[in-house]
Amino acid sequence: MSASVLSPGDVSAATVKAAAPLPDIMPPVKVRKGLWGFMYRNPSIAIGGTIVLLMILMAIFAPLLWTVDPTALAPARRTREPSAQYWFGTDMLGRDVYSRVVYGARVSLIVGFAVAFCASVAGLTIGLISGFVRWADGIIMRVMDGLMSIPSILLAIALMALTRGSVGNVILAITVAEIPRVSRLVRGVVLSLREQPYVDAAVSCGTRTPVIIWRHILPNTIAPMTVQATYVCASAMIVESILSFIGAGTPPIIPSWGNIMAEGRALWQVKPYIVFFPAVFLSITVLAVNLLGDGLRDALDPRMAKRL
Amino acid sequence: MALLEVENLQTHFRTPDGINRAVDGLSFSVEAGETVAIVGESGCGKSVTSMSILRLIPEPPGKIAGSIRFNGRDLLKMSDKEMRAVRGNEISMIFQEPMTSLNPVLTVGRQIGETLRLHQGMSAAQAEDRAVEMLKLVGIPEPQRRVKEYPHQLSGGMRQRVMIAIALACNPKLLIADEPTTALDVTIQAQILDLMRDLKRTVGAAIVIITHDLGVVAEVAERVIVMYAGRKVEEAAVGKLFGSPRHPYTQGLLGSMPKLGSSLTGDETRLQEIPGLVPSLKKKLEGCVFASRCPHTTDLCRKVAPALEEKAPGHIAACHYAIKEAVAA
Amino acid sequence: MSTPILEVNDLKKHFPIRAGFFGGTTGYVYAVDGVSFSIAKGETLSLVGESGCGKSTVGKAILRLFDITAGQVVLDGQRIDDMPYGTLRPMRRRMQVVFQDPFSSLNPRMRVRDLLAEPIRNFGLAKDSADLERRVGDLMDRVRLPRDAVNRWPHEFSGGQRQRICIARALAAEPDLIICDEAVSALDVSVKAQIVNLLQDLQKELGLAMLFISHDLAIVEHMTHRVAVMYLGKIVEVAPKRQLFAAPKHPYTEALLSAVPVPEPGAARERIILKGDVPSPIKPPKGCRFHTRCPYAFDRCRQDEPQLRQTEDGHFAACHLHDLPAADNPLAGARGAAVIAHH
Repeated sequence: MSASVLSPGDVSAATVKAAAPLPDIMPPVKVRKGLWGFMYRNPSIAIGGTIVLLMILMAIFAPLLWTVDPTALAPARRTREPSAQYWFGTDMLGRDVYSRVVYGARVSLIVGFAVAFCASVAGLTIGLISGFVRWADGIIMRVMDGLMSIPSILLAIALMALTRGSVGNVILAITVAEIPRVSRLVRGVVLSLREQPYVDAAVSCGTRTPVIIWRHILPNTIAPMTVQATYVCASAMIVESILSFIGAGTPPIIPSWGNIMAEGRALWQVKPYIVFFPAVFLSITVLAVNLLGDGLRDALDPRMAKRL
Repeated sequence: MALLEVENLQTHFRTPDGINRAVDGLSFSVEAGETVAIVGESGCGKSVTSMSILRLIPEPPGKIAGSIRFNGRDLLKMSDKEMRAVRGNEISMIFQEPMTSLNPVLTVGRQIGETLRLHQGMSAAQAEDRAVEMLKLVGIPEPQRRVKEYPHQLSGGMRQRVMIAIALACNPKLLIADEPTTALDVTIQAQILDLMRDLKRTVGAAIVIITHDLGVVAEVAERVIVMYAGRKVEEAAVGKLFGSPRHPYTQGLLGSMPKLGSSLTGDETRLQEIPGLVPSLKKKLEGCVFASRCPHTTDLCRKVAPALEEKAPGHIAACHYAIKEAVAA
Repeated sequence: MSTPILEVNDLKKHFPIRAGFFGGTTGYVYAVDGVSFSIAKGETLSLVGESGCGKSTVGKAILRLFDITAGQVVLDGQRIDDMPYGTLRPMRRRMQVVFQDPFSSLNPRMRVRDLLAEPIRNFGLAKDSADLERRVGDLMDRVRLPRDAVNRWPHEFSGGQRQRICIARALAAEPDLIICDEAVSALDVSVKAQIVNLLQDLQKELGLAMLFISHDLAIVEHMTHRVAVMYLGKIVEVAPKRQLFAAPKHPYTEALLSAVPVPEPGAARERIILKGDVPSPIKPPKGCRFHTRCPYAFDRCRQDEPQLRQTEDGHFAACHLHDLPAADNPLAGARGAAVIAHH
């Protein structure tokens, strides 16, 4: 088994036998790099992200998008059908439904993003404490179990009943209802990260616990947190609409998709477009946010990345 | 005619950053009743080969080309229905992980009986009798009781025995064992290897064993195929391969293994290293696949891929320089 | 003889099994149940055994990744098992660890430079940032990785290269003892040889003591000075390498040696195939823990638990067979050669 059976000297070019070339059995892959490549590989992120981005732009630049004052009353022109002048028609008070829907995006998006952010921060904090402080874990998790046993919409309604209808209070109420889900997720992630050998290695390297949390645990919770935040965002938009629809949400003076639908409800059978347009915008936005979340989950899941 | 004849097998996968040529131009054959080992390191394409034989490669992103003739019929040209009649019946497979390869909610007896009822049309009672018989064959004590148990009630070694029982239930002509002992402890591994040697005598199926462990190869195989970067680089009878390896990769592999008992023979040399890394299979390789790591590389190796040549009777290697006549080293 | 770098006395670690609504303890997993050994400066001791025998738990207990149930861990004359965490921190520098899985041993969100700088900063080993940079560069040289790779992320490296980074991180603290917990088991054969050689070179150059935890007897024989064999939470045999491989004095060691597949086809060797599986560490068998699988067990083995006793110089085994007259003791001769096989 020594290398002596190899003798590089005694081979002349004439005796060299080359292997037969192998055919390609697949068309070549065009390697796409950069942002376009990422979008191509993750169509859900591309589609979901684009729609969400368009909605955000629409909400920001609402005044420039051929809208009129969404609160301007015009009893003479009420309940007009959609036309070139009133793209989505007018409601029973003569307000332009198109303008109201475009401005209504502001409330939905603000509530969605604010709840996602606040619930993430609060959930992260609670989850980290729960995952690291053993004695607190039992208490915190039982409280969370209790909160989760109340349907989140009921909890939000109850909280809204205690306060005055405003966007801030809506955000607060929905956030409280969403926190248990997020903190359970974070706790689970933290507990599994604590078992990782690199955390043991860091302990052996003399790293103090706060630094371990900051440097080794926290950055690795960001990916699953981001995915969860998109789902929270989508669900918050729906809850906000429901609250507004039943009159427990944003005050009627601020147009939101929920209260536009609520106002159109009485005329649903004769003037369905008043309900139809805000409903379509809500569905598309929620769908887009969920698509984005699914795409992020696939792209950020390390198990998926390791395949092939 | 050999039982299994694989010719110019190519299994490629589409990935976002290029085509992964996992297996590229592999040919080999297995005679009835023979035990052949395919050995190589991770990523050499040995497992993909076994999955390709059973057509378990998802298409897309994978694609299989070449021919795989089993008893004269090309498996790659069969319909899905015909293929299902072959899998688990004429060709069966044992996987590495006995924990995840068994269904946790079915009894052991059901899982053995299932293939029998499916392929051989047995009644439930017949299948159960046969399941007990199979458990006895693979050396499980109290088979009457065990047949009614669930996988979680069995230890790792027992589960692997059950896997073997399932694989052998239909009297297959070919058994493919993909790293059958890798997940097991060494004393359990010894039990399973012993069982496989026994079964080879009593059952008579041909076995293709896929492993990275040269020790396991030496214990059970008759003929060995060494794979590197998706290709066969050497093939020989087991004694010849270990006794006078021809390909520098095989030589390197054997040299990099510490020998048990080295402290007794005073044979405690430094381990041989194979420097560098396996080349990426996503780019087309020019020249010999092993050229980047071989201690004997010349310009010729870097330019021209060597063909597989018979270096000695029954001893094939893909190297320009392994000379044709055996030299007593 | 000078003080050993590490001494472990009657170490026990029992993990409670919690069940039910109130999380009450219903039993214990006797993972490590009375283990003693010592490692001299610059020496390698290997801890071998099958999965579940408690060898990794011993490693983690020494590193104090959890508190132990009973016993002592003494690092260079100082007891560390009951030290408050604040006092322990500087002691941690002296023992470092390399784990099995190179993919989960490195924080995926830290660059190599930060990974290596972490222990240096924690223990205040660098005078200034230039010194830190120099040390990181030296570590890369030591483990034979290119210096400019410090700016890369762990996922850009292969398994073998990552294991080199793990070794570099362990060396960064300038330890006296390195615990290798199956450090080469997950690697491919050719890469394994590279890492084994690297560890041996480093040990020679730096005079490190090593606790080499492994199930691979061939690698252990290649790496080690002494071997301790564990079975179900206890050490059943300790001996210098050559003595253990030439003449195992415990039936379990003998069976382990015989079970290792050797790359010599047709080797004439005596096979001892153990029956059954390792019993559960929740209910270890009475008497000798190995009696359920031992081919030589007799009545006394089922009753009395054998203690670890010296059978010859430096060679300890826990087996009643050695109380029998030599003629009745199947382990009296040099059994190693017979079960390992030689031509």
